[in-house]
Amino acid sequence: MFSDTDLQRLLFGRLTLADIPYHEPILQVTFAGVAVGGLAVLAAITYFRFWGPLWRDWVTSVDHKKIGIMYVVLALVMLLRGFADALLMRSQQAISFGANEGYLPPHHYDQIFTAHGVIMIFFVAMPFVTGLMNYVVPLQIGARDVAFPFLNNFSFWMTVSGAVTTMISLFVGEFARTGWLAYPPLSGADMSPGVGVDYYIWGLQIAGIGTTLSGINLVATIVKMRAPGMSMMKMPIFTWTSLCTNVLIVAAFPILAAVLALLTLDRYVGTHFFTNDLGGNPMMYFNLIWIWGHPEVYILILPAFGVFSEITSTFSGKRLFGYTSMVYATVVITILSYLVWLHHFFTMGSGANVNSFFGITTMIISIPTGAKIFNWLFTMYRGRIRFDVPMLWTVSFMVTFVIGGMTGVLLAVPPADFVLHNSLFLIAHFHNVIIGGVLFGMFAGVNYWWPKAFGFKLDQFWGKVSFWFWTIGFYVAFMPLYVLGLMGVTRRAQHFDDPSLQPWFVVAAIGAGLIAIGIGAMIVQFAVSIKNREALRDVTGDPWGGRTLEWSTSSPPPDYNFAFTPVVHQLDAWWQMKARNFQRPVTGFHSIHMPKNTATGVILGVISIAFSFAMIWYIWWLAALTAVATLVVAIAHTFNYNRDFYIPAETVVRTEAQRTDALAVAGRA
Amino acid sequence: MASYATDALHRDGVAQADEPSFQDLAGEHHPEGSTMLGFWIYLMSDCLIFTVLFATYAVLGRNYAAGPSPKDLFDLSLVAVNTAMLLFSSITYGFAMLAMEREDVQKTQLWLAVTGLFGAAFIGIELYEFAHLIHEGATPQRSAFLSSFFTLVGTHGLHVTFGLIWLSVLMLQVRQRGLIVENKRRLMCLSMFWHFLDVIWIGVFTFVYLMGVLQ
Repeated sequence: MFSDTDLQRLLFGRLTLADIPYHEPILQVTFAGVAVGGLAVLAAITYFRFWGPLWRDWVTSVDHKKIGIMYVVLALVMLLRGFADALLMRSQQAISFGANEGYLPPHHYDQIFTAHGVIMIFFVAMPFVTGLMNYVVPLQIGARDVAFPFLNNFSFWMTVSGAVTTMISLFVGEFARTGWLAYPPLSGADMSPGVGVDYYIWGLQIAGIGTTLSGINLVATIVKMRAPGMSMMKMPIFTWTSLCTNVLIVAAFPILAAVLALLTLDRYVGTHFFTNDLGGNPMMYFNLIWIWGHPEVYILILPAFGVFSEITSTFSGKRLFGYTSMVYATVVITILSYLVWLHHFFTMGSGANVNSFFGITTMIISIPTGAKIFNWLFTMYRGRIRFDVPMLWTVSFMVTFVIGGMTGVLLAVPPADFVLHNSLFLIAHFHNVIIGGVLFGMFAGVNYWWPKAFGFKLDQFWGKVSFWFWTIGFYVAFMPLYVLGLMGVTRRAQHFDDPSLQPWFVVAAIGAGLIAIGIGAMIVQFAVSIKNREALRDVTGDPWGGRTLEWSTSSPPPDYNFAFTPVVHQLDAWWQMKARNFQRPVTGFHSIHMPKNTATGVILGVISIAFSFAMIWYIWWLAALTAVATLVVAIAHTFNYNRDFYIPAETVVRTEAQRTDALAVAGRA
Repeated sequence: MASYATDALHRDGVAQADEPSFQDLAGEHHPEGSTMLGFWIYLMSDCLIFTVLFATYAVLGRNYAAGPSPKDLFDLSLVAVNTAMLLFSSITYGFAMLAMEREDVQKTQLWLAVTGLFGAAFIGIELYEFAHLIHEGATPQRSAFLSSFFTLVGTHGLHVTFGLIWLSVLMLQVRQRGLIVENKRRLMCLSMFWHFLDVIWIGVFTFVYLMGVLQ
């Protein structure tokens, strides 16, 4: 491109045209698909003149409801990418036997399984969980927003920046070929000199900042902003699990930030934390990353437990069985999640004493978890159970998660783990709990709270289609992996020699196909529901016969959530209000104090993408420029003291009058 | 809470004869500020970053790789002077906060400036120490001990540097708008941040320097 390579090096770092993999057919097709899809979206936004509203009402919004919805949209979009990776892997392993090498060469296959893990955990499960908590928690505790609304917007855009950075690696350069936790020395500068691990580091580092700040935000929100009368033991159970999850986030993600920073120093500066020479110790990395990594899985599952608790209670028409024990179980899981990290590397050779300690603590976790399962079962016992789609996901979760939990207890036995370590049995186990637990929980949550967010229910038929294909597809895809794992097949293999294994992999691939239909049905479900929204409309704001405060306001809730702050007297506050024949006040409204929108969050997000791109490709001038720009923008933001406004009482009166009319019309119908 | 007329319900949580209030119709409920709590939680998360660095130093700090050890490198008297700088800066920050409580803008600014000078002196001495070590060939690349030393001490220094930037910005904002509620809140946050870094430094001084030289 340039005759002067020094100038090129200065301007573009180590980025050259050769780093853009335009000669690989899979990427050509993907790029064409993304480009066409992206252009279609841009064209649609322009055609419907949506740019203004998009900027004003969404991108710059500090409203926790908008931000929550955007998190879930991010999660669903990234689910498609992460699942595409899954289909590639399943089809490769189904055909790559003997003389057939499949269609994915090892260097590509290794990137795919790394990207799949990273994307599914950090950019699907995490945004999904954070999105639901963001949307629901302030409504459940009767608050008007989170404690730090601007920080919430900033956290979201940092998460998006991390996702975008990771996605760029698809078309510029490569992604890590190390597995989703990038263990050194493989991820060190000697073994992985390319940009793959750097994409990994910066994508996660930036998203991690967003996650940590959002954790701080939600802890402060739950501790400080509950409605009057809502003591800790009157908090809805989803709020409880969210509190524990955010405590875990605050206590775990800084460790990830630190360990990634140390790996960064090893790669960029040449330090010796995790190298094999000059005193470095790679096992330090294993310990540190799993001290974050194990709490992380509870960060994901606890909110799902909360969702299932709310749904079981609502759709059984009973208060939750054993609320107190549920709270204690949640807290015990929170604490124990810090005492089990070493079970991820029993084979490290820490000795029998250390391994037994961590094996036993791991098994103990099944006790509070088991208590939860029984609480849900007893909640259903003698209830009038309605099998709407959220409840279907919940029942499927209970069966699936118990299986996953039991294989987890098997793996917790160190001698068994020595045999099963790094085998497909482990892969089957954690997909069993993450799909059957976290993902089912999030789907249940979306079906449950969708009418709250948009004012109409989701289509039942397509919801059930999606549910059955997901559930059956899951079992078909992952039960064969248990069998293969017990036969000794290791994970992350791109090719197999033993043809007797092939039928199992073919079955697993068929399962992945069934799940693909499940995902397709879910997209159809959203489309059909939006199209038929008038028929599915719910004006009451309480379509399921709910028990907690989010159902006491309109659907979708007004910007200020509640015209009057609720006063809470017992658990299931809204249930008590309904039982006492609560009449919604129609006069006496006040003006309401609210935070103002700001563009600072998205600006910092865009600068972060440029910064991480510059760091990844050694474009030092851009890195310095964007680092200074981040500081300048952040400081400039603090000079803005005009951050809030009052929604005038007349606006509240008008909004509430509309609801009164809508309720009256619905009442007559 | 009494203003909600719900005390009876609070006592036993069951229905009373009189209808309880389910909404704050008077609009009296305003959530108290969460900033101090939020900032505390942030400091604790930052503390965990230092925890990781301390733990790393504890594990790798004796891995000299046939290179220099703390005894060969550290000049305790220089570090003692440095420690004094940071401790004094915490005291002067305390004086700034006392002046702020008295609504004395001039004195507040004066003590903030003194704090900034002590902080800058700390950073200056630390940079001198680092330059000296690197000049002697004790670079972060030399051994795992030096990698973890430079990272732990450097991360603390980086925090102090950001504290200094923050301090300068806040002095400007106090000059522009005086000791308004927002600025007081920010000064409180920086105060916690500054004392927090002091506490971390006491750990560094004891754990890295003293125990390194006296072992």
